[in-house]
Amino acid sequence: MADTAAVLPKPLGSRTRALAWLQRYGVYASVLALLLFNVAFTPHFLEVANFRTQLIQVAPIVIVSLGMALVIGTEGIDLSVGSVMALSSAMVVLYLGYGAPVAIVAALVAGAIVGASGGALVAYAGVQPIVATLALLVGIRGLANVLVPQLTEFRNPTLITLGSRSVLGLPLVVIIAAVLTAVVAFVVKRTIFGRQLVAVGGNRAAAKLSGLPVRRILVTVYVLSGLLAAVAGVLATARLQASDPTSLGLLMELSAITAVVVGGTPLTGGRVRVLGTVMGALLIQLLQATLIKHNLPQSWTQMVQAVIILAAVYAARGRKK
Amino acid sequence: MTATVEAAAPAAPAKGERASQILQHHGALMVLAATVLIGAIAFDSFATPQNAANIAVSSSFIAIIAIGMTFVIISGGIDLSVGSSFVLAGVLAAYGSRYGVLVALLLPLAVCGTIGLVQGLLVARTGMAPFIVTLAGLLGMRGLMLAVSGEGANTYLVEDDAFASLGQASFLGLTVPVYITLGLFVLGAILLQRTGFGQSVYAIGGNEEAAALMGVPVARVKTLVYVISGLLAGLAGALNAARLSSGVTILGAGLELDVIAAVVIGGTLLTGGAGGLTGTMAGVLLLGVIQSLINQVGTLTSSFQQVVSGAFLALVVVVQRLLHRAQHLS
Repeated sequence: MADTAAVLPKPLGSRTRALAWLQRYGVYASVLALLLFNVAFTPHFLEVANFRTQLIQVAPIVIVSLGMALVIGTEGIDLSVGSVMALSSAMVVLYLGYGAPVAIVAALVAGAIVGASGGALVAYAGVQPIVATLALLVGIRGLANVLVPQLTEFRNPTLITLGSRSVLGLPLVVIIAAVLTAVVAFVVKRTIFGRQLVAVGGNRAAAKLSGLPVRRILVTVYVLSGLLAAVAGVLATARLQASDPTSLGLLMELSAITAVVVGGTPLTGGRVRVLGTVMGALLIQLLQATLIKHNLPQSWTQMVQAVIILAAVYAARGRKK
Repeated sequence: MTATVEAAAPAAPAKGERASQILQHHGALMVLAATVLIGAIAFDSFATPQNAANIAVSSSFIAIIAIGMTFVIISGGIDLSVGSSFVLAGVLAAYGSRYGVLVALLLPLAVCGTIGLVQGLLVARTGMAPFIVTLAGLLGMRGLMLAVSGEGANTYLVEDDAFASLGQASFLGLTVPVYITLGLFVLGAILLQRTGFGQSVYAIGGNEEAAALMGVPVARVKTLVYVISGLLAGLAGALNAARLSSGVTILGAGLELDVIAAVVIGGTLLTGGAGGLTGTMAGVLLLGVIQSLINQVGTLTSSFQQVVSGAFLALVVVVQRLLHRAQHLS
């Protein structure tokens, strides 16, 4: 890690430096390369409508990935995000009778509660994040299915606005994702909580010894991840004007982890790259769009995604603590 | 089950410690017995040979995968790719069945074993986190499965009767996969408890650096556990294709979670170094019994089973942590 490297002024080998560069800027370079490729070879790529579509599709992934980046920054992982999306979607349907605001609040509260449970398991019971959130992944998806057993459609003007309106030409969904990105970036860079979060991920024992409220920080981080996943769930539900807890957010945890890892946040914690994470999400989205537009099947996307994850983690490997 | 680990600790265990260790190692078995008892009292149709056979048959595929997963988790790793291996193997087996039973079996085993080998080498030689390597494996194999099956549009039918009978033929009311599971369980238990390889798996999971200093071939053993896991997931997938007479492309997603849950419920610690196959079998059967009980109630959907499994998994890991703390405080 860069912080450690600064303390130990050992000269880095050129290979290590190349890997470090790749870890930090690889995602930007890849997004740029894909953009240029598409501009050159994909018909109708440079049209506004296309960019709108891409941004609308990437927005939920970005929002979920932001929470995942925070969790991974504490050396954790949150596998429950996809199920939280499904649960929040189910809550919207259940409480829509009381009006859209109540439904949205209920969905967000549900997400926060799931996050708090995961955080409590990790922070207070000392359960490994991967198992704690695995239990939630299974249980919460089931709960969402129990609450709303089948695809339920609805029409609600407020939710239509939320899911499909544009302000100043930009879809509301995209604006929300951008604002949340800015907020999370501010929290990470400029607030005490952000510093504490990174400290807990960098060296939990040291953070504890220096008097940080480690457990409270961990719980807060998982609550934020649950909240953000719930926001993504609400937006997806609003956009579809339907709730389908069986399929909504399925495998979202994989996309989010990919975005975070590809974006240069190490799985070993101690660092959160917010902009990198957004770029990571964009990279996945662009990759899918490129392969689809060139009539390459879905199977390619997944195989290429697998290679990208491995490359990103391999690049990060040289700088493990 | 963990004779090696206990032997390594020089101090004689105190009474409370002893009790908590018994609970940790045999807790799943005890809960399984209690659940079966409750089921037998509550439902007339639960404790019948027919229902027991149903549970055994439906649990056998997860059990086969869970045997491999137990090796991986004891070594301190995790294999998220088994669900994708299972599906890919099913498609490959059904596809290969047109060339005879041998191809139908060997094709999926070769492919899944090779991918297990690649994953094992990546984990063992590059030091990348097992969770992320096998996550990439999960995605890559799902992609491969889609590519092989024409983006999931083609469902290959099993065209070899001998192969189909591997999944369907029954003997004394139980189908062949149940006997294969039992055989693999015995083999796996011997491998894990009675061989140098098994000792090495425990040693690496307990303390990798110490194991390396003692001369354990760490990289080789770590690679092998992923090969075992890949092979067993492949075998389970092939047998499932034989049972269903086709390579179904949609089943099996998320299977890795059921398998990991079963292993963890069975008392194998995700931190590695402790656990065993008896617990894993109890964990698999417990999930199967819960599923069966939920079916007995009738009004509850299968989603409800997910809620119960999730809650149960959370409960088990919390109890494990508390036991662990109690052992280290006493």
